[in-house]
Amino acid sequence: MAKKSALVQGNQACAHGAIYAGCKFFGGYPITPSTEVAEELSAMLPKVGGKFIQMEDEIGAMASVIGASLTGAKALTATSGPGVSLKQELIGYACIAEVPCVIINVMRGGPSTGMPTGPGQSDVMQAKWGTHGDHAAIALVPESIQEIFEETVRAFNLAEKYRMPVQVLYDEIVGHMRERIVFPEPGELEIIDREAPTVSPEEYKPFDSSKGQVPPLAAFGSEYKYHVTGLNKAADGFPTTKAELVDAEERRQVDKVECEEARADIEKNEEYMIEDAEIVLWAYGSSARSARYAVNELRKEGIKAGLFRPLTLWPFPEKRTAELAEQAKAIIVPEMNLGQMIIEVDRVAQGRCTIDGVHRVDGDPLNPGQIMAKVKEVI
Amino acid sequence: MAYDYESSIRPGKLPHIWCPGCGHGIVMKGLIRAMDTCELDRKNTAIVSGIGCASRLPGYLDACTLHTAHGRAAAFATGVKMAKPGMNVICVGGDGDGTAIGGNHFIHACRRNIDLTYVIMNNYIYGMTGGQFSPCTPTGMLASTTPYGNPDPVFDISKLAIGAGATFVARTTAMHPRQIDKLITQGIKHKGMAIIEVLDDCPTSYGRRNKFRSVIDMMKRLKDNAVPVKAAAKMTPEQLEGKFLTGVLYHDTELPEYCEQYEALTKKAQNA
Repeated sequence: MAKKSALVQGNQACAHGAIYAGCKFFGGYPITPSTEVAEELSAMLPKVGGKFIQMEDEIGAMASVIGASLTGAKALTATSGPGVSLKQELIGYACIAEVPCVIINVMRGGPSTGMPTGPGQSDVMQAKWGTHGDHAAIALVPESIQEIFEETVRAFNLAEKYRMPVQVLYDEIVGHMRERIVFPEPGELEIIDREAPTVSPEEYKPFDSSKGQVPPLAAFGSEYKYHVTGLNKAADGFPTTKAELVDAEERRQVDKVECEEARADIEKNEEYMIEDAEIVLWAYGSSARSARYAVNELRKEGIKAGLFRPLTLWPFPEKRTAELAEQAKAIIVPEMNLGQMIIEVDRVAQGRCTIDGVHRVDGDPLNPGQIMAKVKEVI
Repeated sequence: MAYDYESSIRPGKLPHIWCPGCGHGIVMKGLIRAMDTCELDRKNTAIVSGIGCASRLPGYLDACTLHTAHGRAAAFATGVKMAKPGMNVICVGGDGDGTAIGGNHFIHACRRNIDLTYVIMNNYIYGMTGGQFSPCTPTGMLASTTPYGNPDPVFDISKLAIGAGATFVARTTAMHPRQIDKLITQGIKHKGMAIIEVLDDCPTSYGRRNKFRSVIDMMKRLKDNAVPVKAAAKMTPEQLEGKFLTGVLYHDTELPEYCEQYEALTKKAQNA
């Protein structure tokens, strides 16, 4: 039988991906350009025995998601830049309390209210550094409707596996664009559920990392009683100010994502015509679509261009970016912002090649012509 | 009934952080008695708080306890209850936490009539940060950020809860320990949003600054100014000047509870 396919919008694909991943709770607040995710899930979730709640504000939405997740439900919220700004407090809470959850950020332009109906990619640094304090971050950046579905599923998997918030960032263009999607069959994509404790309730410690960097998480309302706090805590979950315990826990919570093994598991890149590339376009999200077009055009003109496209933006693909800096004459970073990921590319390249950016923040997408012009300027 | 407080307290977690003369410990004992009276299975009970002195309470109790961020208890609790409606969900916290930074979550949890029991300890000051004025600090009184007297009008938490749509609203004081557990018990048994406001004292951050000579003076004031609802019905407005009502202030058993409403909606969606 042919697989089910349909013409759907990016935000709808996200909702379908969430259901496929086993999402059972959505807490949100209306905001352009992400609202269709909420609208879709308000209809879909009750049908699968899940819960949808429209909360009083963005902070409340994030709080409800964390609360729901602690009962064992896979939980999601969707918003845009202004909403993500408000959610930062509790994104940090989910980091330190290690509560799995997924946050969709359909990126628009500008600081503050900015351009609610225009695209942007200016929240990519916020995804890493938005909430205060040291913490690890996982952020995924799909470029197409099919990929929004798949990366939403992957976001749930990573959230549950690494016991932390995972953000999916896609810009308004992909969020509102319609493309054909082929729905994966049940079982076709891997679904990861959080690890449950195997010790007895009496022995259970919610942050005991003696058996691995990611401690198993028991569900509220099961046989396990435990304490959760946003304070720095010891393995038993209770607050501590003991220097060595605080230090070890802080480091573990970053290391669980940034150690080599986890990076290899979480990082995901697409490489297009990279093998002999002298000019590497380092692009993500909808800007990568223009960059791919530019690569094809440049190749026709005999310019050895290639595309490196991270699907995982955080943790940053350091190793591969460094290798490309070694290989290429120049890395060009097209972004719908005034230069954010280029800072990381530059940091990793360490002067091994020319680094330049193409920027646009006027609400129009970056087009291939702009990118090609920059390449020609650099070579 | 003899109460076994010890089995409700987590081993090794006492002494608590509260100052001598603070009423939070009295409220905690009242909560334990109420949970025992209602025979709440602690494994199936979530106790959720925000930030502040009162919000440290869940850490002492043996249950599923969730010490969240400042003001956010009701919103976290809403997520817990929605995702697992079979759980008993109790919120505890202070006046600043619940009605200033958490005011929006508080009123909307009341409006939804979700089945939470929210015990709000109103000591009309931010105690943990050292005595700044809260929305409940009486006008004219001194706080560390009102050195010339508090210019702000005051929130009446119980009235706020009734106005916002909570279906069980009651008030008592830390000087009425028996009433505390009686009202919390009623709140737990009530199917819908229950607010129990407990007027409480902060001798360290409020009393000292406002020249109360002793903790006893402060507590006596709570006792002297409390008027039971029934008694108040027979009193004139002049007689009630400076007093506050205690007991069950509002009880509506008709309005449907939020999770039950959602359950009905779910059936509708699944049959469509």
